[in-house]
Amino acid sequence: MSVRQPTDDPTDDTICDPIYEVVVVGGGVVGCAAARALSHCRVSVLLVDARPDVGAGTSKANTAILHTGFDATPGTTESRLVARGWHLLRSYAPGAGISVEETGAVLVAWDDEQAAALPRLADKAAANGYTSTAVIDGGEVRSLEPHLGPGLTGGLVVPDEHIIDPWTTPLAFAHDARANGATIETSFEVDRVDVGPEITELHATDGRVRRARFVVNAAGLQGDRLHRSFGLEGFTIRPRRGELIVFDKLARPLLHRTILPVPTSHTKGVLVAPTVFGNLMLGPTADDLEDREATGSTAGGLASLREKGHRILPALADEEVTAVYAGLRAATEHSDYQLSAHPDLRYVVLGGIRSTGLTASMALAEETLVLLGHAGLDVESKDEIVTIRRTPLGERDERPFRTGGRIVCHCEHVTAAEIAAACTEPLPATDVDGLRRRTRTLAGRCQGFYCYAEVMAITGWDPAR
Amino acid sequence: MRAHVVIVGAGPSGLTAAAELRRLGVDRVTVLEREQVAGGVPRHTDHVGYGIRDLHRLKRGPAYAAQLIAAAVAAGVEIRCGSTVIDADGSRVDLADGTRLDADAVVVATGVRERPRAARLVPGDRPSGVLTTGAVQQLTAVHRQQVGTRAVIVGAEHVSFSAIWSLRHGGCRTVAMITALPHPQTFAPLRWLSAGLGRVRVLTGRTVVEIVGRPRVRAVRLDDGTEITCDTVVFTGDWVPDHELVRRAGATMVPVSKAPATTSGFHTSITGMFAIGNLVHPAETADVCALDGRRVATSVVQWLADRQWPAPPRPITVESTGDVLAWAAHTARGVTVRAAAFDTSAIELLSDDTVVRRSRRRRLVPHRSITVGIPHNGADRAAPTPPTITSVRLRR
Repeated sequence: MSVRQPTDDPTDDTICDPIYEVVVVGGGVVGCAAARALSHCRVSVLLVDARPDVGAGTSKANTAILHTGFDATPGTTESRLVARGWHLLRSYAPGAGISVEETGAVLVAWDDEQAAALPRLADKAAANGYTSTAVIDGGEVRSLEPHLGPGLTGGLVVPDEHIIDPWTTPLAFAHDARANGATIETSFEVDRVDVGPEITELHATDGRVRRARFVVNAAGLQGDRLHRSFGLEGFTIRPRRGELIVFDKLARPLLHRTILPVPTSHTKGVLVAPTVFGNLMLGPTADDLEDREATGSTAGGLASLREKGHRILPALADEEVTAVYAGLRAATEHSDYQLSAHPDLRYVVLGGIRSTGLTASMALAEETLVLLGHAGLDVESKDEIVTIRRTPLGERDERPFRTGGRIVCHCEHVTAAEIAAACTEPLPATDVDGLRRRTRTLAGRCQGFYCYAEVMAITGWDPAR
Repeated sequence: MRAHVVIVGAGPSGLTAAAELRRLGVDRVTVLEREQVAGGVPRHTDHVGYGIRDLHRLKRGPAYAAQLIAAAVAAGVEIRCGSTVIDADGSRVDLADGTRLDADAVVVATGVRERPRAARLVPGDRPSGVLTTGAVQQLTAVHRQQVGTRAVIVGAEHVSFSAIWSLRHGGCRTVAMITALPHPQTFAPLRWLSAGLGRVRVLTGRTVVEIVGRPRVRAVRLDDGTEITCDTVVFTGDWVPDHELVRRAGATMVPVSKAPATTSGFHTSITGMFAIGNLVHPAETADVCALDGRRVATSVVQWLADRQWPAPPRPITVESTGDVLAWAAHTARGVTVRAAAFDTSAIELLSDDTVVRRSRRRRLVPHRSITVGIPHNGADRAAPTPPTITSVRLRR
């Protein structure tokens, strides 16, 4: 079989009509990681996403924690892949320009019942292969985090539960994949799938058709629908909305590490975490919904977060809020990830991946290669891999403004050159949201009071659009 | 006088302070401005109303800014644009590029911004088309761009009404103005000139409970359930100081206004660090800020001469039944207070438990500046600054 070189131009169907070895559907952090792993093998890869940009759905609105998996259910796929993913991402991140801050976390008990649960959580962590936790008493928690509210009864220190840049991670994977030969097409909303004897055709709503031998479903919130278009059942997405409040950077000194609650069966609960961008973040809520587009915040959600945040960290009440957002996790009726390979359909599904997907992404990519093997595709590593590096966005990283350049976004210290580059690089920002994830522009406390007009002038975007 | 004074921010207060310091004989005055152009907010506000109290003239914003810049330059002030200050105390400032400037005094004049939508915790979608007046003014007055076609304005204070005009310059009609308070908070003539002439509905006692639309805003939903169709929402007023530098320096802050506490001469609690303008009183008109600049120059020169720093200022305490008073701050004109509710009361200014001034009964309007002058002490009639006020209370 001959595979012609894929083209970069998605509309250029006349010159090139390639048959890809693998198409990955979904450019979230999981799909981008899978495309990257495939691009490091001797196969042609296409990554498609329904939105105009990668990393623009569930992946952009999470809690940005690099999880150890200490609180996963032992023996699950999630437990195994989060633990593995932690190590893979931790070692990949520095070279790729993904900021990680080694903050650690402390899980805090606020009454005797919760304190009594801590040794069980330590045992659970050990059953997940994580043995570095330590149970401490309320006084020790207070000495670690003096700004916490009253009523501490104990804590479980999780020294390797770190924070990571959630925006750069999928972008780094996508750029890595692209640098290693993967093709990426955006605004490709899959409308129909035709599974032939050797080739599967993906039809987009705009009429584009792409062909591949194998399909990887990393479609997140739409994952069950794509799964059904292969004639398969097994899981249904029940979007779980998480609302988050980001506090001003002046609140950052209130905490050293992430403050976790004692988890329930439904959710990890509301946490307060530092972000690599230098803020404090409070959230998420957990609302099970039907609507897969309901990424709006709610009065009730914000009120409940503020009330919880006030109890955890009373000084937060006086701090300004910088941003509010809500994301949807691709929860299902199952508690574990839904991964499977279907040789007859040359199809692999990565479904039901919730907030741990960021940490597990690279392990899920490894797993994708294994599953594709089960589905009948033998992948072989390339001899030479191109490495990429993004400009780190972390507050503690050496950022471009330090070496001069005209600062446009004053709150986040973003230079004009960074903004211009984000709009012209491969996989460019196409809107303010994409620009924010690439540079931090407009992510700060003034939300554009000072720089919005200038940003519009540099990007050439129409503020009336 | 051989000294170096560094001023952070080239708006009306910073520029005026700089020129005055040179006039009083300070040999080196540097103004650091993070924007590429000096002048501050008046550069973007292309309407009249500037310069009354400081220049005794009525000017448009950009012309006013230009005059203040020209005056500072003529006085021998060094204005450095594109200079972002990352950190400061009373004897040095650290710039973004890693350089440090040593100073005998640091005057922080970093101004205010409007609370954006997120800071007000307005729920809903996060579409484009949700702006502040500051952004609208720059888009329309500086970049001459269209912002949308149908706007809803959140807020009904002075700047909210001025936003109607800015939007109109950007080709955008304002369809409604929404305030949670029972009445608009601006003066009747300004209200008539903007909302009246523009046939803008002013909805009082209402709050926006949801922003609707994606990717562009499509409507706002109010607490009574009504939905107003629009493609632009402008959050106006609700000023918050750009206080990052003073807070990071550890200055004592005023809880509600989130401004640094100052003496009547604009000393902060950090030795060598002064704070002026709308950083201290969010927000007064530009001319009041400029007068702050004039007064602080006297304090700075005094400090350079005797190196005596006053006792660290504490926030002015406010006492009122029913929490009518939100906060109080020193301005060059006296003490400005902000009300949280409509009321009519006399205002008493106290300096260390002594009533130094009792005003006549005044109408108190939220978000509106209410200034009460401070009389000089009998003994200190020659002193350049009046006594520092420590508390303010209302008397019905």
